[in-house]
Amino acid sequence: MDGSDLNRMANQIADFFAASGDGEAAKGVAAHIRSFWEPRMRQGLYRLVDAGGEGLDPLVIEAAAALRKADKAAAGAA
Amino acid sequence: MGLIHETDFGTPGRDGEPVSLEIDGITVTVPQGTSVMRAAMEAGVSVPKLCATDSLEAFGSCRLCLVEIDGRKGTPASCTTPVAPGMKVSTHTKRLADLRRGVMELYISDHPLDCLTCAANGDCELQDMAGAVGLREVRYGYGGANHFDAPKDESNPYFTFDPAKCILCSRCVRACDEVQGTFALTVDGRGFGSQISPGGFDGFLDSECVSCGACVQACPTATLTEKSVIEMGQPERSVLTTCAYCGVGCSFKAEMQGNEVVRMVPYKGGVANEGHSCVKGRFAWGYAVHRDRVLNPMIRERITDPWREVSWDEAIAYTAGRFRVIQEKYGRGAIGGITSSRCTNEEVYVVQKMIRAAFGNNNVDTCARVCHSPTGYGLKQTFGTSAGTQDFRSVAKSEVIMVIGANPTDGHPVFASRMKKRLRQGARLIVVDPRRIDLVNAPHMPKALHLPVRPGGNVALINAIAHVVVTEGLVNEAFVRERCEDDSFARWAAFIAEPRNAPEALEDSTGVPAAQVREAARLYATGGDAAIYYGLGVTEHSQGSTMVMGLANLAMATGNIGREGVGVNPLRGQNNVQGSCDMGSFPHELPGYRHVSDDAARGLFEKVWGVKIEPEPGLRIPNMMSAALDGSFRAIFIQGEDLAQSEPNTKNVYDALQAMDCVVVQDLFLNETSGLAHVFLPGTSFLEKDGTFTNAERRINRVRPVMPSKTGLDEWQVACRLATALGYPMSYPNASAIMDEIAALTPTFSGVSFDKLDRLGSVQWPCNDAAPEGTPIMHMDHFVRGKGHFVVTEFVPTPERATRMYPLILTTGRILTQYNVGAQTRRTDNVVWHPEDVLEIHPHDAEERGIASGDRVMLASRMGSTTLHALITDRMPQGVVYTTFHHPITEINFVTTELSDWATNCPEYKVTAVQVTRTNLQVDAEAAE
Repeated sequence: MDGSDLNRMANQIADFFAASGDGEAAKGVAAHIRSFWEPRMRQGLYRLVDAGGEGLDPLVIEAAAALRKADKAAAGAA
Repeated sequence: MGLIHETDFGTPGRDGEPVSLEIDGITVTVPQGTSVMRAAMEAGVSVPKLCATDSLEAFGSCRLCLVEIDGRKGTPASCTTPVAPGMKVSTHTKRLADLRRGVMELYISDHPLDCLTCAANGDCELQDMAGAVGLREVRYGYGGANHFDAPKDESNPYFTFDPAKCILCSRCVRACDEVQGTFALTVDGRGFGSQISPGGFDGFLDSECVSCGACVQACPTATLTEKSVIEMGQPERSVLTTCAYCGVGCSFKAEMQGNEVVRMVPYKGGVANEGHSCVKGRFAWGYAVHRDRVLNPMIRERITDPWREVSWDEAIAYTAGRFRVIQEKYGRGAIGGITSSRCTNEEVYVVQKMIRAAFGNNNVDTCARVCHSPTGYGLKQTFGTSAGTQDFRSVAKSEVIMVIGANPTDGHPVFASRMKKRLRQGARLIVVDPRRIDLVNAPHMPKALHLPVRPGGNVALINAIAHVVVTEGLVNEAFVRERCEDDSFARWAAFIAEPRNAPEALEDSTGVPAAQVREAARLYATGGDAAIYYGLGVTEHSQGSTMVMGLANLAMATGNIGREGVGVNPLRGQNNVQGSCDMGSFPHELPGYRHVSDDAARGLFEKVWGVKIEPEPGLRIPNMMSAALDGSFRAIFIQGEDLAQSEPNTKNVYDALQAMDCVVVQDLFLNETSGLAHVFLPGTSFLEKDGTFTNAERRINRVRPVMPSKTGLDEWQVACRLATALGYPMSYPNASAIMDEIAALTPTFSGVSFDKLDRLGSVQWPCNDAAPEGTPIMHMDHFVRGKGHFVVTEFVPTPERATRMYPLILTTGRILTQYNVGAQTRRTDNVVWHPEDVLEIHPHDAEERGIASGDRVMLASRMGSTTLHALITDRMPQGVVYTTFHHPITEINFVTTELSDWATNCPEYKVTAVQVTRTNLQVDAEAAE
C-alpha cells in the first residue's frame, strides 16, 4: 500500500477524532482504523511507524501502537 | 396480460371530512372538497369530460361534464363543483345529452377526421367522448376556418406537437405548471387564434420544456404523441416495473408490442412518482436495446489481444481458472469485486455473497463508495441507521426546505417537482450551493435564501448555522431532553457555541455573509417543520461524513426529526444506491449494515451459507487500486461500473487496472474499463431484470422483466455459476428465492417478499413483524440506536486549495438529460440537449482569461488536464468553475485529485484547484501521458 496514501488517510482520521479530547482521541482513531482498514493497510501503517513515523499525527502513532498490540494478542490467541 | 388501464377520476382526491350525496340515485360518501365528477366516478358513474384529469386541478373549460343538481339553476360543470351534504345529482338526462352533443359538434368541426390513420386511434379521449355522447353528425360542416393545416412541431426527439389536433383543453399547459412546475407552455393568442405555445413559439426543442412528458401524458388527443407510438402503433400489453436511472425510483408501465417496448408511461399507483416522470425515465430507455449492447461473453489473454466470443461455460471456467491461480499464488485476499447500484438487490446480494463465500474475503465494495458512503457512515453514527428518514410525500408537509449540495431539478427531477409544488404553496426555501441552481429562481415560488457556500466550506457553514441555533436559544430543549443523549449533546453544544464557530468568525471559510447564515439558521429553527435534502455536494468532500453528521446534529437540536415534513434526506444518485448498500456491498458490513467483526451476525450468515466468513474488513475501491499498484491485489470482478471513467485520479486507476492479472467486467456495453479487462460478461438491462430496487426513501419496488434476457442468463445466475466454478456451489430457483434468503438474514427486510411487493406495490424498510407494511417515516418515537447521538464536527479545511498556479476551484456534477458516465443516456436522443461536457465559468473569471462562451479551454490541475468548451454564466460564483462527467472524451477525472473523505474514502470530486486557459488543443488525455 502506498505509504503517502496511508499517511494522509490516517492523519485525516486523527484530525476528526482530535476533537474528542484527551484520552478518547487515540481510542477513536484506533477504533476507526480497526473497523474500516483491511489488515494489509494496518500492516502498512505499522511499517510507517517503524520507519520513524515521519509526518504521522501523534494520535495516529498512539493508535497504531494500540492496534498492533491488539493484533498481536489476537494472533497469539489464534 | 393486456394493457393496464388506470382509472381517471377527473379531479384530484381530497382529505376532508366525509360528505354523503346521491348521484343518479346512488348514495356515495367522499371527503369534503371532492368534486361531483370524482364522487360520480367513486360511485361508478362516468361523466363525459375532456379538460379534466385527476392529476390536475379542475379547469372547467370543456363544458362536457355538465350535470344537473336538484335545487340549483343551470347545468354546472361537475369538475369544478364540490360535493355538498344531501346533494342530488343527475349526470345523464336528455338535456345534458343535447348539450354535450352540441359541445362535441363544435370540437369536431375543427378536428381532422383521420381517426383510422391517427396515431392515437384507440387511445383518444376525444374519440371516446364522441362515442360516449352519441355524436352522429356535425351540422357546422368542415368548410369554415380551421386549423387542419397548422404545421407540426417535430423538434423534440421524443414527441410531436400537432396543433391541428389540439382542442385547447389546456391540460398540457396545466400539467407543465402544476405537475412539473416548469411553466414552459402557455395558450398564446385569443379566441379562434389561440394556440398552445412552448416558450413563445420557440418550438419545443428550443423552449424551456424539460421533456418530462407530463404534457404528453395529459393530452387527451393525438396532439402530443410519442414518436415511438406514431412509428409503431398502439401497445398491446403493459408490465409494471421501476426506472433504472436516479434514486427516485419511479414506477412505470412498460407498454409493449410483443417483446418490443412502445413507450414507458409513468404509473399513477407508483408511490414514489405518482404518475410523473422525467426525460430520462420517460423517454431515454432506448439504450437497453441499443446496437452497442454486447450479448455474448468475451475473453482475452492480454488486454492487447482482440476479444474472442465464447460460450458462457467457457467464460465462467476461464474466469474461475484465472482467479484460482491468482489466489493460489498471491493469497485469498488478492482478488475482490465491486457491486453495482444499477443492479437489483438480488443481483447485488448474490455478488457480495460470491465474494465473501467463494472468493473467501471481504474485498467487496460498491459504486456508493464514490457518492453516498458518507451518508451511510454519518447517519449510522448519529441516528443508528444508514438511510434517509422520510418518504417523498413528506415534503408536502414541510414549512421550510433546506437543499444542500443537491440540484434536484437536474438530478432528481420527479422529486423536485413535488418539492416545487410545496414551495409554490408557500414553504420557504434555503439553498446551500456554490452555484445558483435552478431552484433558486424557479417560477411562481418565493425567492430562495441562497447561501453560495465556498467549495470545501460545508462543515464551517453547518457549524455556523448550529452556532446560531445554540447561542440564540433556538434549541428544541424538550426534544433533545427526551430523544437524545445528554452527554453528547452537552459536549456538542459547548463546542458549537465557541466564538470560533460563529458565522462572523467563519465567513472566510464559508464565503457566505454572516447575516445570511444567521437568517438561514433562524428560519430553519423557527419556521415550522423543516426538512433537509442533500446530495453529493455534501458527501463528496474530505469532510463529507462530518458534514452528514453536522446535518443530523442540526436536525436533532431543532427537533426536526421523527414526523412528517421534517428529516434528513439524502437524494441518492443511482436507482439502487440505497439497496446496494443495504445488501452488504461495503467491505466492513454484511447485509443489513452489520459489521463483519460481529460474531453473532457473521454466525447467522455462516450457518446459512455454510462457509466461514472473514471477520476483518476488506478493501475499499481506492484501497484495491492502491493494493494493485503494490502487487498484492491482482484480480477484480466489476459489476456494472466504469471505474476508469467514474473514479477520480484516473491515471492512478488506469495504472492499477493495468497492473492486475485479471479484470472482469460485467456490463451492457464495452466501456473505458473494459478496455483494460480480460473477461467481458454481458449484463442485462433493467427491462430484462427480475428483482427489486430500493430508492432514496427506502422504498423497495419490484423490477419486472418486460422481455427475455438478451444474454441468455440473468446476472445473478452468472454470479452463481462463477461461485460454483470456484468451488462454492450457489444456486437459486429464481430471484424471489434470493429475496427470501435476504429476508431470512436481514432483520430490516424480514417481512419483505415478492408476494408482498406484488400485493402492496412497494414497502419501505424496515419491513418486519413490528412494521409489516413498512416504515414511511423513521425515528418516530425513538432513534434506531436508542437516543440520538451528537457528534462534534470540527471544521478541518481540505488541503486542496486555490493557489497562484491553480487559482480556481473546480466542482463537478450532473445535468438533467444525462446520467453519470453517460453509458445509458449517451445512447439515446438525449444527446441533443447535452452533446458534450462544458465548463461553466463566471464572466469575470472568463474576462480575466480572455475567454468567450464556446471557446475551447484547457482545464488543468496538479493531477492532469483536459480540454472542453467554455460556457460563461453568472450562475457560477467568481473563483469557481463547474463541469459534468457524462462524456468519456472529456476525461474530467484526469483532473480530479486523490483526496477523499476521512471516514469513507468517498472522493473529493467537489474541490479541485485548477487553472483555465484558452487553447486550440483538442482533448486527448494529456494527463495520461
